[in-house]
Amino acid sequence: VKKKDLLMVGVGGQGIVLASDILSEVAMAAGYDVKKTDTLGMAQRGGSVVSQVRIADKVWSPLIKEGEADILVAFEKLEAARWSYVLGQGSAAIINNQTTPPLSVSLGTTKYPDDKAIEAILKRSAEHFYFIDGTRQAVELGDIRTLNILMLGCVASLLPIDVKIWKDCISQRLSPNILKMNMVAFDKGREEMSRAGVR
Amino acid sequence: MKKLLSGNEAFALGAYHAGVMVAAAYPGTPSTEILESIAGFDEVYAEWSTNEKVAMELGMGAAYAGVRALVSLKQVGLNVASDPFLAASITGINGGLVVIVADDPGVFSTQNEQDTRHYAKLAKVPMLEPSDSQEAYDLMAIAFEISEQFDTPVLVRSSTRISHSKSVVETNANRPASLKTAGFKHDVEKYVMLPVHVRLRRPVVEERLVKLTAYADTYPGNQIIKGEKRLGVVSSGVAYQHAREAFPRASFLKLGMTYPLPQKLLREFARQVGRLIIIEELDPFLEENIRALGIKVIGKEFIPRIGELNPGIVVESGYRAGLLPEPSRRKVSPPQGLPARPPVLCGGCPHAGIFFVLNTIGQRSKLLDARGKSAEQGKLVITGDIGCYTLATYPPLRAMDTTACMGAGIGQALGMEKAGIEGKVVAVIGDSTFLHSGITGVVDAVYNKSGVTIIILDNGTTAMTGHQEHPGTGISAKGKKTQKVELEKLVKGVGVEDVKVVDAFDIKAIRAAVRSSLENPELSVIIVRGACSVRLKKRTGQRNVDIEKCDDCETCLRIGCPAVQKLDEQVYIDATLCAGDACTICEQLCPKKAIGPVTATGGSK
Repeated sequence: VKKKDLLMVGVGGQGIVLASDILSEVAMAAGYDVKKTDTLGMAQRGGSVVSQVRIADKVWSPLIKEGEADILVAFEKLEAARWSYVLGQGSAAIINNQTTPPLSVSLGTTKYPDDKAIEAILKRSAEHFYFIDGTRQAVELGDIRTLNILMLGCVASLLPIDVKIWKDCISQRLSPNILKMNMVAFDKGREEMSRAGVR
Repeated sequence: MKKLLSGNEAFALGAYHAGVMVAAAYPGTPSTEILESIAGFDEVYAEWSTNEKVAMELGMGAAYAGVRALVSLKQVGLNVASDPFLAASITGINGGLVVIVADDPGVFSTQNEQDTRHYAKLAKVPMLEPSDSQEAYDLMAIAFEISEQFDTPVLVRSSTRISHSKSVVETNANRPASLKTAGFKHDVEKYVMLPVHVRLRRPVVEERLVKLTAYADTYPGNQIIKGEKRLGVVSSGVAYQHAREAFPRASFLKLGMTYPLPQKLLREFARQVGRLIIIEELDPFLEENIRALGIKVIGKEFIPRIGELNPGIVVESGYRAGLLPEPSRRKVSPPQGLPARPPVLCGGCPHAGIFFVLNTIGQRSKLLDARGKSAEQGKLVITGDIGCYTLATYPPLRAMDTTACMGAGIGQALGMEKAGIEGKVVAVIGDSTFLHSGITGVVDAVYNKSGVTIIILDNGTTAMTGHQEHPGTGISAKGKKTQKVELEKLVKGVGVEDVKVVDAFDIKAIRAAVRSSLENPELSVIIVRGACSVRLKKRTGQRNVDIEKCDDCETCLRIGCPAVQKLDEQVYIDATLCAGDACTICEQLCPKKAIGPVTATGGSK
């Protein structure tokens, strides 16, 4: 890999920080240099969350240059639309099919964009994009909190890193009583991507 | 051993390996995790202090007693602690005293964007700056050595992007097996700052600065990295990383010590290169001090002085300065017109109910325009403070008129009252903030016969920074049970007579308490108590909207609860965000009784 710049975005409480932590540990275990940084804003839950992960032989700045990100992992559709402009040539976006209206939408002062509008925004910069039914699948697995590991399964399909390294790093970070369910979620994520045509 | 560490974790591990014995802090983004990490080491005494001033005084005392001490705080925390900090510069220390201060360029979670480097110059103490987690780890040992060698506190400056970025760290050191034990050597001329002794210490401080300036030329973190001679870049901190990426071929002088500056090294570097550019975040601190040495530099005419830098901004600046070719313009601009997602109070937040009541009693929804302005004074002026509850400024709650700094709301309320504005002034403050610096305001209110109403929002934690303990929780930084400071006893003890405690999730009780306090011309305190919903172990009885009964009045939406959502003309409750039985505020407020717990069939009871 020359370099991979990944952006993970979503809404506070979706487990994005843990997911990007694990992704970074995977990259380090695979022998790459890695830097990651989170922008959380002030809210404990419900605000916009952006995690940047940079993987290369040598990483300088922890911040990705706009127009040069390789992979966008969006846990929520509006956040996918908001951040997709950061993607560059040959990029891919993984979008969880989840709609979380911000307060201003609920209060009727703004409008949540429809799927067509979101796709149109994505098409401006993402070369490939994949909509994933992550929230529904995580709920079916028995716990919405497996969503972040499911999304990591999707990311794993786009990175040339051995699945064993992924599973080792996940095992190190999660407590044993929730591990099995999360491993299923991880495989589900990989399946979703192969169904979308990624091997 | 290789580890992926955040800057804050690296600081803590570095200090531990350097033999730190005492660590003190008050939580403040982005510095909080330093003390949290260090509290995990059994050999280190670590505490959440009541505020940063106390933390600094504790650090001084420990250092006077001959052991290594660490104080960690955010930039505005150093403002609170500046009095003892400047005193520590004059007295000097004995055991090493290192103060890590984390700036917030870009203002992610602070009330200002101050550049802490000015404090190094003000206090005449050395300042070190790491540019990644490895350097954060490595420089702690050196910082303590400098502190002891030159008998001075040492400032270590971090920033959001250093503290909250993770990178690979090689941890090669171990904590020394034996460390100096505490013992105080009496030295009145050094430690008692009577004017006559200050006059003795002043020349010592100036001589120390001369010695430190000479030392800066030998400091291992100040390095020349040879590249093309045409352009030389002087940089430090995370800006150095952006600059290396933006100028891959230039020569660099990387400064690990930014005060005092290495004068010989700077002159040598200036001779080696053609043009010299300073790339630094926020103020032109390096630029002004380097220019004062008579070295010709460019800097802030190209590099923004507001906000956080990144590689893209540095490339753009390099182009404007004629140092880089035109960057390949990205084709895509940020999409316009998307709804923003500002930070909000969480589902089940114990602050929502009281602010809903203040909003309705103050009739604030009609009062304020879209930008929060009003030409006339409303029924209720609400002075605010620093914490999650500051988010109640946003619609739909809109129940806050001021926020300045920790504890300021009470004093501001007194000022407005004494100035003679019409009607009652209400000051709102969180439990941790109240203990930090609200107490003195209450004492002032008692002493000066104020009639304001002070509302203490007691959620039993320091929530916004990630749930740290404080004196009101009865749990120490190490997770041990300790003496609990009880807020109602405290305010009664200083002489407040009208003290009420209400349940944060009982709207009727809150409304009654606020009404009664507003009618009382005397000073009153209301403690609104309810646990932070993020800390709920188990959530039961999530609420649901019965579509048959709902008449779309939108009262529930005016709580500002993120679980209560509306899409396609229908209000619903997101069960993953709802705190359920622990809250029920929406159910209490619904005029049509359309909200209730989810039943087995999926409807409401």
